[in-house]
Amino acid sequence: MTAPESRLRIRKQDQVTIVEFVDRNILDEGNIAQIGEEIGAIVNEDPSPKLLISFANVDHLSSAALGALITINSKIKGKDGQLRLADINDQIIEVFRITRLDRLFQIQPTAREALASFA
Amino acid sequence: MGNPQHESTGVSDPPNAVVVSISHERTAIEQICQSIESAMSRHGHGEAARFATRLAWEEAISNAIHHGNKNRADGRIEIAWHVDATRIFIRITDEGAGFDPTAIIDPTLDENLECPSGRGLLLMRAYMTRVEIPEPGNTVRLVLEKPQP
Repeated sequence: MTAPESRLRIRKQDQVTIVEFVDRNILDEGNIAQIGEEIGAIVNEDPSPKLLISFANVDHLSSAALGALITINSKIKGKDGQLRLADINDQIIEVFRITRLDRLFQIQPTAREALASFA
Repeated sequence: MGNPQHESTGVSDPPNAVVVSISHERTAIEQICQSIESAMSRHGHGEAARFATRLAWEEAISNAIHHGNKNRADGRIEIAWHVDATRIFIRITDEGAGFDPTAIIDPTLDENLECPSGRGLLLMRAYMTRVEIPEPGNTVRLVLEKPQP
């Protein structure tokens, strides 16, 4: 059985793993579960993960996607790691504000600013 | 007599609503959403309305599949929808026993922020003009009215 095609583009820069989404819409629950597993594996492999998730290509996301992000955030906190979110468009940033998750996550306007914010 | 914990002001399906019953297959869900979005474009609803409707639609469908139909492979969802120049109407009914919308925790409280679920209804209410969940709680009616100029 072949592994499903990755929903992520992943690269590393200055000890930080940068993750971007392949899909413009993060709505399908099967895809969200796969994304959660893929990012979870990255976090599990690193003893002190520094992770930047860029939403540069994302037009829509659902509360299930927010739930996956919360689970990832908890995993990273549990390992004394750091998570930054960046490149979130105005419509999606409003979703973070309505849910008050802008208080839970460290959100930076751009990936460049997010990279500079890691301790 | 109605249960005051449920929310209904008696919005019923418009007489010319499209009514369909679908499985949980993503393709079928996507086809209906695209039909609604096309109708919205034809009737002059803008990008913000399409974003709002798409978000509320996804949350309502997800609730119907997971909480209503308990992910049953043979589960069905009934959808009624209608779009005109003034509003978007969507009704989604699952086969479950229903739920009490007032029993849902407030996910915006500090102590609940790290809970990974429970934000669907909050988002529907934030983006729609009206969200109704009549008894027994296995139907959600979403209405988005176009702002008056």
